Amino acid sequence: MTTVDWVVIAAGVALIVWVLWFFFLAEQGAATAMAGTGGVQDVSVRVHGGYEPATIRVKAGVPVRLHFDRQETSSCSEEIVFPDFNVRRFLPAFQETVVEVTPPRAGTYEFTCGMSMLHGRLVAE
Amino acid sequence: MTATHEPVEHVHGTEPAPASERVVIPVTGMTCAACQARVQRTLGKVAGVSDASVNLMMGNATVSYDPASTSPDALVDAIRATGYGAELPVADRSAFDEQEARDAAQQEEFTGLRRKAIVSGIVGVIAMVVSMPLMAATAHMAPGATTDPFMRWMMTSMTPALRSAAPWLYAISPVVLSYALLVLTLGVMAWAGRHFYVRAWAAFRHHSADMNTLIAVGTGAAFVYSVIATVAPGFFVRRGVPPDVYYEAVVIIIALILTGNAFEARAKRQTSSALRALAQLQPKTARVVRHDREIDVPVEDVHASDVVIVRPGERIPVDGEIVSGESAVDESMLTGESLPVKKTAGDRVIGGTINGTGAFRYRATTLGADSVLAQIVKLMRDAQGSRAPIQALADRVSSVFVPTVISLAIATFVVWFVAVHVGGATTGAATVRGFATAVAVLIIACPCAMGLAVPTAVMVATGKGAELGVLIKGGEALQRAGDIDTVVLDKTGTVTMGKPDVTDIVLAPDAPVTRDELLALAASLEKSSEHPLADAVVRRATEEGIATRTVAMFRSITGRGVSGMIDGTRVAIGNAALMADRRIDVAPLHADAERLSGAARGVMYVAVNDRLAGVLAVADPVRPTSRTAVARLRAMGLDVILLSGDTRRTAESIAREVGIDHVVAEVLPDGKVAEVERLQRDGHVVAMVGDGVNDAPALARADVGIAIGTGTDVAVEAADVALMRGDVTGVADAIRLSRRTMRTMKQNLFWALIYNVIGIPVAAGVLYPAFGLLLSPILASAAMAFSSVSVVSNSLRLRAFRPA
Repeated sequence: MTTVDWVVIAAGVALIVWVLWFFFLAEQGAATAMAGTGGVQDVSVRVHGGYEPATIRVKAGVPVRLHFDRQETSSCSEEIVFPDFNVRRFLPAFQETVVEVTPPRAGTYEFTCGMSMLHGRLVAE
Repeated sequence: MTATHEPVEHVHGTEPAPASERVVIPVTGMTCAACQARVQRTLGKVAGVSDASVNLMMGNATVSYDPASTSPDALVDAIRATGYGAELPVADRSAFDEQEARDAAQQEEFTGLRRKAIVSGIVGVIAMVVSMPLMAATAHMAPGATTDPFMRWMMTSMTPALRSAAPWLYAISPVVLSYALLVLTLGVMAWAGRHFYVRAWAAFRHHSADMNTLIAVGTGAAFVYSVIATVAPGFFVRRGVPPDVYYEAVVIIIALILTGNAFEARAKRQTSSALRALAQLQPKTARVVRHDREIDVPVEDVHASDVVIVRPGERIPVDGEIVSGESAVDESMLTGESLPVKKTAGDRVIGGTINGTGAFRYRATTLGADSVLAQIVKLMRDAQGSRAPIQALADRVSSVFVPTVISLAIATFVVWFVAVHVGGATTGAATVRGFATAVAVLIIACPCAMGLAVPTAVMVATGKGAELGVLIKGGEALQRAGDIDTVVLDKTGTVTMGKPDVTDIVLAPDAPVTRDELLALAASLEKSSEHPLADAVVRRATEEGIATRTVAMFRSITGRGVSGMIDGTRVAIGNAALMADRRIDVAPLHADAERLSGAARGVMYVAVNDRLAGVLAVADPVRPTSRTAVARLRAMGLDVILLSGDTRRTAESIAREVGIDHVVAEVLPDGKVAEVERLQRDGHVVAMVGDGVNDAPALARADVGIAIGTGTDVAVEAADVALMRGDVTGVADAIRLSRRTMRTMKQNLFWALIYNVIGIPVAAGVLYPAFGLLLSPILASAAMAFSSVSVVSNSLRLRAFRPA
């Protein structure tokens, strides 16, 4: 084994560590829902290769109205799923789709795309 | 749902206000107060609009209008005519519209993918032909060591043919050919493959990765490598590596993946075909009577209590109750019942079903989102979207899949590089080998098959169920129904009709009246009675067209019966005790009465002028299909239990009639829950079948609650499965379909997992040391395209499910 081999090994390991860190550990954008009129928390979520914001802080026990704005035609994001609320909705491309859920108690409620590849979460406090 | 249609009260002195509705329409593109004023003015001019206010900050228009003269859609059109964008809120759309939007999107996706796949496939073949002379040009440098094995095979088998067919191709300078390929490939990547890169980048920015990431990284790396080899071939040559290009691989990979995606899109579309067929049952227009004239109106404009006219052979537009006329209606599309159902005045009809040869008028009842068809479509849509618990495994794998594969690809590169380099090859040769295998790993890995394994099966199965009149409310219900070993049938309203009927009329040997006269007298008297069995007598008389008469001196004797005078005749109906009180001898009919009560019937003696005239027997008749349904359940190895609040004798008699051995009688409504719980404690997976009226808690408690449909209310909350046909036959279909679906899901998951578990290591080259086998990235892309298509196709096989 020459120096070149060791360099390649070191670079490979570093790259793997970076990939794992980037996809699994790096912090994503969070947003807090605005308490709108009539006791409903309104949040706009942009859907484009992921959810923006991906973490949404809301108050538990109060209805949350999520406005999903799907800005792409990729079939990956064509559905939004809230497993805890048994909600699966089709998101038409370039349109806003409203999904209303009420987190019953404090906790984290995940939402994903139809294939569970894109992830976001509602953090109820 | 956020209802934006709401009635608005108008107060114009004491005049009756015109009917008015209000709608909020989001408007886009307004930037200034002038825009706002323009939209508001336009809306104000629309006939039927009483008030319009446009809010610039909120970007919407609130319009009050008379639904008789205009509609929200017309208002949207009016706004669009001003040049601004308007769209009715999506939440306001019915299930039908959402289904249509989805279909259109899927159709568009399919045609787009197909076009791109075909064009890039053609370009791929051209690129392959063009790259052959190129490979021949560099082959002398390191023959066979570095090239893609698939291409090597192509070259050895195709080159002689190509050389003789197009010798001029070999005369062109390799540099020119390389640049030509570069341009061609860039074109394909920028047009057909553009979405892979755009989406991969978008996902990357969100710290997430999907299938597009793998394709983009894989093809992108091969492309960049080829560009360097084209622009600076000396860089490679100096290191003893042939400046090979992989343009044709990039193009063909894109073409193959697009082909796979197109097939997948088409197959995915087919998974929801049943739901689409249901949505299409809804007619667009209805013929209603308004101001004594028959007019055709869109179904959205039909109001409750409008009178709708249906001609022979027409589809019934909305739900309602027949006012006049009669016909037979084909309800098979909703209930699975193949025979037409006779309908006459007072009967309910369901929108979407097909009228037979008669014509009738009916009063519209439930409309829009509340209609039976809309409820079914919504229920099915929710069901198709729900998750089966078995999916949790696939989800766990999916969520870590892509980053893991990228890491594996990097590791593959490192291992190959070091192995080849240590083996004595140049750095360049080691890089090339490591590179090709890493790209193959990225390309072969396919998270899609795993993501599609369970949802497609749920979609096809719930759709198939709906076709059979079995509405399964989701993946979880489907999964649990597959494990059922015990079926508990509620007696009243489930195994039986739930509606007592006169089963026997026996005249006394020397009866003073005829059978019809006996029924007429009994019905006249029972009309004033509140006893549950009395209703059966009155109904029977009505059905036979026997008129009831006026009763004088009506008396109700608690625990005995009733008596009265009809046209000067003394009539008494009741039990043996009543007859004994009146010293009427029941001996002539004693044997008949005993026989009837032994068969679980309620027996009533009828006396006319203090002489025994006859016996009426009343019972809740067993549904004609119950016996076959029970036999089918038992043939499937299920334990069938009859649960009843009746006396043991009655319950056992019914059980014998339908072929059930196991009876639990004399249970109160809460006792039903306790019985289900007892079975569950014994380790059984229990399905409870009931009509959802007084057994809702037991339905909810059971592992799977199955509600017998009433034909109009499909959304029995407590039930996991709703049977549209009003009998038990659907239970066996539901369980068989669930069992079969579970098998499909498990097969799908197995194949999706095993495909990656085998494919990735093979692409990484684990078979190379032993067998010298390496997978070309092109073959890897073909395998990947095939894997998701095979999973969806396997799910589609569920469409062939036939009830036994």
